[in-house]
Amino acid sequence: MSLGLLCLILLGLAAAAFFLGRQRAMAAAGGDVRRLHSLPGFYGQITALAVIVPAFAVLVVWLLAEGFVIQSSALSHIDVADVPAGSDVSLVMADVTRLARGLATLAANGTDVEALSHDPVALKTALGAAGVAMGNDPTPAMIDAAKAVRTTAAQSRLGLSVVTLALALAGLGWALVRIKPEFRARNATETVAMGLLIGASLIAVLTTVGIVLSMLSETIHFFGIYPATKFFLSATWTPRFGGGSDLGIWPLVWGTVYVSVIALIVAVPIGLLSAIYLSEYASRRVRGIVKPLIEILAGIPTIVYGLFALITVGPLLRDWIAVPMGFGNSSSSVMTAGLVMGIMVIPFVSSLSDDIINAVPQSLRDGSLGLGATPSETIRKVVLPAALPGIVGAVLLAASRAIGETMIVVLGAGAAARLSLNPFDAMTTVTVKIVSQLTGDTEFNSPETLVAFALGLTLFTLTLGLNILALVIVRKYREQYE
Amino acid sequence: MTTLDMTGENAGTGRSKSLFTADKRTAARNAAERRFRAYGVVAITLAILALVWLLISIFSTGLPAFKQTFIDIPVTLDAAVLDKAGHGNPDEMASVSTIGYGKLIAKALSAEIAARGIDTGKMKPRDVAEMISEESAATLRNMVLANPKLLGSTIQFPALANGRIDGYFKGRVTMATAALDKNTSPEKLALADRLVAAGMMQTRLNLGFLTMPDASDQRPEAAGLGVAILGSLYMMFIVLVLALPIGVAASVYLEEFAPKNRWTDLIEVNISNLAAVPSIVYGILGLAIFINFGGLPRSTAIVGGLVLALMTLPRIIIPTRAALKAVPPSIRDAALGVGASRLQTVMHHVLPLAMPGVLTGTIIGLAQALGETAPLLLIGMVAFVRDFPKAPPMGLLDPASALPVQIFNWTQRGDPGFVERASGAIIVLLVFLIVMNTAAIILRRKYERRW
Repeated sequence: MSLGLLCLILLGLAAAAFFLGRQRAMAAAGGDVRRLHSLPGFYGQITALAVIVPAFAVLVVWLLAEGFVIQSSALSHIDVADVPAGSDVSLVMADVTRLARGLATLAANGTDVEALSHDPVALKTALGAAGVAMGNDPTPAMIDAAKAVRTTAAQSRLGLSVVTLALALAGLGWALVRIKPEFRARNATETVAMGLLIGASLIAVLTTVGIVLSMLSETIHFFGIYPATKFFLSATWTPRFGGGSDLGIWPLVWGTVYVSVIALIVAVPIGLLSAIYLSEYASRRVRGIVKPLIEILAGIPTIVYGLFALITVGPLLRDWIAVPMGFGNSSSSVMTAGLVMGIMVIPFVSSLSDDIINAVPQSLRDGSLGLGATPSETIRKVVLPAALPGIVGAVLLAASRAIGETMIVVLGAGAAARLSLNPFDAMTTVTVKIVSQLTGDTEFNSPETLVAFALGLTLFTLTLGLNILALVIVRKYREQYE
Repeated sequence: MTTLDMTGENAGTGRSKSLFTADKRTAARNAAERRFRAYGVVAITLAILALVWLLISIFSTGLPAFKQTFIDIPVTLDAAVLDKAGHGNPDEMASVSTIGYGKLIAKALSAEIAARGIDTGKMKPRDVAEMISEESAATLRNMVLANPKLLGSTIQFPALANGRIDGYFKGRVTMATAALDKNTSPEKLALADRLVAAGMMQTRLNLGFLTMPDASDQRPEAAGLGVAILGSLYMMFIVLVLALPIGVAASVYLEEFAPKNRWTDLIEVNISNLAAVPSIVYGILGLAIFINFGGLPRSTAIVGGLVLALMTLPRIIIPTRAALKAVPPSIRDAALGVGASRLQTVMHHVLPLAMPGVLTGTIIGLAQALGETAPLLLIGMVAFVRDFPKAPPMGLLDPASALPVQIFNWTQRGDPGFVERASGAIIVLLVFLIVMNTAAIILRRKYERRW
């Protein structure tokens, strides 16, 4: 039974259960709603929930576990000693999976799979004809494993259908038995609903746990095959997919920091000064027009900025500044990426600072103006010092945004990992290397691929630290005036 | 010294000027004031100029992508060549490959040029044929296979012109660059000019840019956004179906029911941090959990949708909580007072009142997800995908592309024609975003209630 059909049947059962439950409650009350504890709908709802919640819970868990069971049943057919040199079990398993999919296609086409499976050569041609390309010739062990995959998968699907449907029916029976006029259906329904709400809010926590665990486990794996000291202390980054690479993080961190600093040098003055002007000087009308215009910059996808850096800013900087002044002739450079990223970060600085400046009590301004200070003196000597912690928080948030930014640096900063001071050199960042090490056909056991997870964890820790620091500063500041 | 001066001034002894002419110090202070204001104006001008520069750069390179150069050729679909068996059966006709159709088009073009008496100079017929995009043959073949009745008739076929010829009319290719280019020559461009003069060649609106699939490296003229738009649509659907209900449920719990304790605090801090996690980290999560651990196929709409849904979740929860918080307690009190349970109060009264805010937040979250590129790169969505995914639900497991990824993909190609395509795709993306954001603003203006 296909998964979609199973879900449809379960949903149909739940709908039927709703009406059955309501009807049974009405019957138990002798048709008199007043004798029921809850409205009849609640009796229907609890019956439907009893049908669908356990069944779907089992469905999800089953689907998660299914992969492992199928994997292990296939692995039992493959002898580790048989794995050819230069390959490993995971590659063979990938072939087995492809083979199993091919067998399914053949079976669907009406070919006699059983007869073919004794003849690897004929099988390969038949698979090729069916559009499933096999890299290596399937060995008998692999064919057995693929067949095991197919039978286990079929058994598992059958088992799943039987178990979920049985659970659904059991739930229906259980709920119907419990329905009596004095049964507190509303309370029961709400308990279940509350459980679902809590479950939904736990997904956010699970996401964080997933992020941390997935990166942590791969990072530990990485440090198992590549020394951590070299990763953290080496100043060269030269990945070689043949092995023997140097994977020092410093050139990447340097590129990231350099780009982010240029971005902040562009964004902080512009963002801060426009926030000050908008909140202290601008008329309501000007503010109403200019503020959304600046915020448009935050809504533009980063790939757009990336293309802008690639086709406009990069060549412009190269032809007008870098080449005439002898700084080099690369159109992708730290300057390009930093400048464009600065434009992107302006609204983060300006709208956060705007909020914070507006939160400074008017009485402070009135006091200063009353003493004869000009508006600009009031702003510089009274408003800004009062808003300073919040502004620092805003700048930190902008920095965290700049560090984690990917597309602008992928398209604008280049791919060469080097430690250089020249802002017109192409350099690379942590995010660029995560993308380049993980895209394309990757093999998951080489340090060159796994290093991306260590880089990801570094990035995550760095941005998380900045965000928390910013939050703490902003929160502390808020307490002063409220 | 200043202090001394000031006391002097305050004492009134040294004051000789009138009140109407500012003394040096006041003038300096006023100048500082004007300068400070000017800094603000300059900063705002710079920010807006950056926006205008960005938009002009993208639109000026991208708008030509919506136009394309076509050569209108009357092609006689000779049944003897295209259907050797003569049964009009598409399966049998498929044995004639695109090369056969290419020859047919080339012959028709030469015949038409000869019939109109256009001078081809010293160009060989093969050079003339190279002015047509290689994609045209495939287009014609699909057209005939889909409708075998066309056999034997003569149709007016709008063949795509080669990318370089197209670039010539868009200003990307000039006679000087063509002389250095092995893919085209000044003679071809000159012939193209004569074809335009004769009315055979025309640059006109190209809706194929929105409907056709991607094309290979050599054929920027045929590349379209069809698969990418469909893929983005699939993913947005998954994001909406997953992130909206889960996000609303989580917000309702946290805002209305959660006890104020350490666990709730933890969840809240967690959500605000998730909103600030770099998007590429979600890509790593998707790769590790959904692909390596969960065994879902790479580069599919389902994985992309799941990753984007997780990313959008906090971006929906935060505005939803704000919208719930904005509903005044009197509404809850009234509902509780007439005997509703807490859940009924929320579901029947608070949530409907907060709905405009929830939907606004959802649309803005979806718009952000639509433009997100980095996580999709990590789950393998950089692959070259030409086939349209099947209809959902099974189509969600087919390899798909997405608008921002397609843009990235095109920026990585060698042919300069793809820069125009990428910018054109950005215009399409921006139009989608503008529509979504406008919808959100209208929703907010129209339905949001201030209490």
